[in-house]
Amino acid sequence: MTALRTWLTADTPTSRNHARAIQAYLSWRALASNPLTVMGLLIVVLLVVVAALAPMLAPRSPIAQDLTQRFIEPGWQHWFGTDEFGRDILSRVIYGARVTLYIVVLVAVTAAPVGLLVGTVAGYFGGWADVVLMRLTDVFLAFPRLILALAFVAALGPGIENAVLAIALTAWPPYARIARAETLTVRSSDFIAAVRLQGASGLRIILGHVVPLCSSSLIVRVTLDMAGVILTAAGLGFLGLGAQPPLAEWGAMVSTGRRYLLDFWWVATIPGLAIFTVSLGFNLLGDGLRDVLDPKSS
Amino acid sequence: MSLPLLSVEGLHVRFHTPKGVVEAVRGISFEVGREKLGIVGESGSGKTMAGRSVLRLIRPPGEVRAKRIVFDGTDLQALDEVAMREVRGRRIAMVMQDPKFSLNPVMTVGDQIAEAYLVHHKVVAAQARERTLEMLAAVKIRDPERVYGLYPHEVSGGMGQRVMIAMMLIPDPDLLIADEPTSALDVTVQMQVLAILDDLVTQRGMGLMFISHDLNLVASFCDRVVIMYAGRIVETCRAAELQSARHPYTRGLLASLPRIDRPVGELSVLSRDPAWRDGAVVVDGEMVG
Amino acid sequence: MTGSTAKTTGGFGLPSRHVWAVAKVVGTVLMTFLGLLLVTFLIGRVVPIDPVLSVVGERASQETYEQVRREMGLHLPLWEQFFRYVLQVLRGELGKSVLTAHTVVDDIIRVFPATLELATMATFLGVVIGVPMGVVAAVNQGRWPDQLVRLLGLFGYSMPVFWLGLMGLLLFYGILGIAAAPGRLSFHNLDVVESWSGVILLDAALQGEWEVFFDALHHLILPAAVLGYFSLAYISRMTRSFMLEQLRQEYVTTARVKGLSEARVIWRHALGNVMVPLITVIALSYANLLEGSVLTETVFAWPGLGLYLTNSLLAADMNAVLGATLVVGMIFIGINLLSDLLYRLFDPRAR
Repeated sequence: MTALRTWLTADTPTSRNHARAIQAYLSWRALASNPLTVMGLLIVVLLVVVAALAPMLAPRSPIAQDLTQRFIEPGWQHWFGTDEFGRDILSRVIYGARVTLYIVVLVAVTAAPVGLLVGTVAGYFGGWADVVLMRLTDVFLAFPRLILALAFVAALGPGIENAVLAIALTAWPPYARIARAETLTVRSSDFIAAVRLQGASGLRIILGHVVPLCSSSLIVRVTLDMAGVILTAAGLGFLGLGAQPPLAEWGAMVSTGRRYLLDFWWVATIPGLAIFTVSLGFNLLGDGLRDVLDPKSS
Repeated sequence: MSLPLLSVEGLHVRFHTPKGVVEAVRGISFEVGREKLGIVGESGSGKTMAGRSVLRLIRPPGEVRAKRIVFDGTDLQALDEVAMREVRGRRIAMVMQDPKFSLNPVMTVGDQIAEAYLVHHKVVAAQARERTLEMLAAVKIRDPERVYGLYPHEVSGGMGQRVMIAMMLIPDPDLLIADEPTSALDVTVQMQVLAILDDLVTQRGMGLMFISHDLNLVASFCDRVVIMYAGRIVETCRAAELQSARHPYTRGLLASLPRIDRPVGELSVLSRDPAWRDGAVVVDGEMVG
Repeated sequence: MTGSTAKTTGGFGLPSRHVWAVAKVVGTVLMTFLGLLLVTFLIGRVVPIDPVLSVVGERASQETYEQVRREMGLHLPLWEQFFRYVLQVLRGELGKSVLTAHTVVDDIIRVFPATLELATMATFLGVVIGVPMGVVAAVNQGRWPDQLVRLLGLFGYSMPVFWLGLMGLLLFYGILGIAAAPGRLSFHNLDVVESWSGVILLDAALQGEWEVFFDALHHLILPAAVLGYFSLAYISRMTRSFMLEQLRQEYVTTARVKGLSEARVIWRHALGNVMVPLITVIALSYANLLEGSVLTETVFAWPGLGLYLTNSLLAADMNAVLGATLVVGMIFIGINLLSDLLYRLFDPRAR
C-alpha cells in the first residue's frame, strides 16, 4: 500500500503512464477531500446500481395493479405507500431510475459530441464556418430550453425517445460555445503550429489535439447539465409528454399524484424527492469536478 | 527630531497559507515624526505590509503582531474597530500605487473625494463639494468643476494620482503613508506628482512614510531612510548620508545604480548573502547586534 | 485635454463607435429573429398531422383537398413557404387557435399579463432576497453563512419546480391553510375589476378595489415565491462570485483607508460595482422564469402564457404552440437586448 502511494505521489514520473496515474491519483484525492462531492458521487453511483439491479431490488412489480391495495400509507408493507392503482411506489421509483438513467446517458452521448464538433470546427476554421455555426447556436440559445423541447415534442409526438431527442436538440449549444472558446485559445498556441508544420490535416488536429484539450471543461459542464436534463425530462413527463404509461417515470408519477395531493400526500411527494435527490447528486458532483478539473471557472 | 508621531516596535506580519506560515515582516521597529521617512526595499521585502499593518488593513489569512504601535500617544492595537475608523483617513491616510485600481470605477472622482470629507465632518453635501473643489485646485487640477464629474477611467494616470492625494488629504490627517505613489505613472508626470505631494506635506507639517523601491528617489526626497530586506530593517540612516551607508546590502544597491557623474564600464550586479536575513544591522552608521 | 479621447462623429452627430455598436446589435438581433422563425417554421413542417386534413376533414373530396392545399400555399417550394411565413409574422398574423377559436395573437395578448405579473413578482423576490444573501455569503467566505447560501442555491438548482409548487400547496394551502387556492382570484372577486392592463394588481389599485388587490396578492404570493426561489438560487450564487472578485480589488482598500464603515465599503462601494454585471444576470433570470412559469402555471392553474402553451400542446393545437413559442423566443431576445442597453447605462466605462 505505502509503496503504491509513494509511486503515485512521486515528484518525477518515470513514464507517460506513470505521469497519468499520478495526475489521476491527485485529482481523485482532491475530489475525495470534499465531503459534498463524495456525497454527489455516491448518489450518482447509487442511481446506476439501482437502475442496473432494479428487478432484484424492487420488492414488487412496478406495473402490477391491485385495486384492493389503493392509497396505502407508507409503512412496513409498502415503504413508500401505493398509488391509485395499488402499485407499490417503492418499486416504481426503483424502476424509474432506469428511465432517468436512460435519458441522461442518451442525451449526454448525443448532445456532447455534437456540441464539441460544432464548437471545435467553428473555432478552428474560423471565418464563415464560425459565423454560420455560431449564429445557429445563438438561435437555439435564444429559446428557453424547456419551451423549445416542448415545441419539438409537440411536433414529434409524446414518448420517451422523442423526449430524449428534443432535450438533446436543446442541450448541445452551450457545449458548442465552450468548445469554441477553448479551441480559440488552443488554436494559436505553438504546439498546434508545430503539428501543422508536420503536415497534419485540420481534421487530425481537431480530433487528435483540440478535442482532448476541450474535454475536461466539457465534462464538468455536461455533469452539471445532467441535473438540468433530469429536471427537463421530469417536466416533460409531468406534462404528459415524456415516457408514456405504464412505464414508471418520476415526473409522470408526480403528475398523477397531483390529483390526490391533499388526501394522499405521498403519491406526489416521493417521486419528486427522487428527482430532487438525483439532480442534487449530479450538481454536487459537477461542482466538485469543476473545482478540480477547471479551477479557473469557479 | 521632535516627538515621534508614530512609533512601531517589534512588528511581525504572518500569513497562514495551506503550505504553512509565511512571515512577511519579521520584527521591525521604526519611528516617524513630522518628517519624510523613506522605506526602501525590493518586492517582497515587506515594506508594503509594514505600511498597511499600521492602518490595520491586513485581513485574514494575514496576522499582525507587534509589541507596540503608538500613534500620537494612542495605542492603536488597543482600539476597537469603530475607534480605528476614526484614525483611518482622519489621522492617518494612505496613497496607493495605481489610481487605475485604487479609485472606484463607478463613482465620479468628485463624489469619492467628498465622501472622504463627509465621513469625518458633519457638514452638508454642498459644503463637502465646496471643500472638494478647493482640494482639487490644491493638487493643481485646472477646471475642478469639470473634473469633479469625471469617472476614474476618464482621467489620466497623473491626474488620477492627484485625485487620490486630494482624497487622502481632504480630512487633514497628520500622517500620510505613500505606497509607491509614482511607480505606475509616466516618468514625465512622476516629478509633478511628487512636487505636489511634497508641497502639501510640508505646508501642513505632516509626517510622511514614503514607501518605494527607488533608492535615488527616496534619497533626494526624504529626510531619513530605512532599508528593508527579507522582512527586516537592515539599515537606518539620514538621507544625506546614504552614500556612506555601511550595510553590504545597501552598498550593493548603491553600486548597482548607474551614476551620471561617475560612469562605469559595467554595472555591478547585487549578489545576496543569506547571512543578511538574520545578520547584524546598521543604525545611523553604527553596527548593531 | 484630459484622458477622454477625441471622438469622430458619425451620422446624427453621434460618435461613430456607438453607431457601429448599435448597428452590430441590431444586425445580430435580426439574424437571431430570422433563425427563430426558421426553427418554428421547421417544427411546424415536421408535425405528423396533415394541416390540410385538419381544415377540410377526413371525408373531403380530392378536389377540395387540393384547393385548400393551394390556398394554404403548401404546394410551393419550402423556401417560398418560409418567405410567406415571415411576411405573415411581420404582419402580426400567427393563425387561429383550434382550441379557443380566437386568433393566436389575441389569445397571447389576453394571457400574457398574468405571466408578466407572476414573473415580475418572482424576480422581485429573487433580487430583494438573493442579492443580500450573495453579499453576506461572499463577506463570510468559507464560514457557515457561505455554506448555507451555497446549499440553498444547490437545492434551487436541483429541485423540480412543479414538485416544489405542489409541496408548497400541500403545506401552505392543504395543511396550514394560510395560502390561497390555485388560480388568480377568489371566485367572488372574478370580473369585479375591469381589465385595463391585464395585470390585476395594477388594475385593482388603479380602480381603488383594494379587496381585489389583496385577494390577488394573496393568490400571487405562493406561486411567485416558488418561482422566485429559482431566481434567488441563481442570483445569490452569481452575486457571491462577483462580490468575491470585487472585494479583492484595490479600491476596496481605498474605501477602508478613508475610514468608511465596513457596511459602507461593502454595500456602497463593492456592491455598486457588482450591480453592473448583475444586471445581465437579473435579466437572464427574468427570461428563465418564463420557462419555469410553464410548469408553475400548470401547478397553480395560473391563466398565463405557460398554461396556454401546455393546454395547446395537449390539444396538439400547433398554431397556438408555435405562436407562443415564437413570442417567448422574442421576449428572450428582447430581454437580452435590454440587459445590454442597461449595462451600457450603468457602467460608466461602457457609455
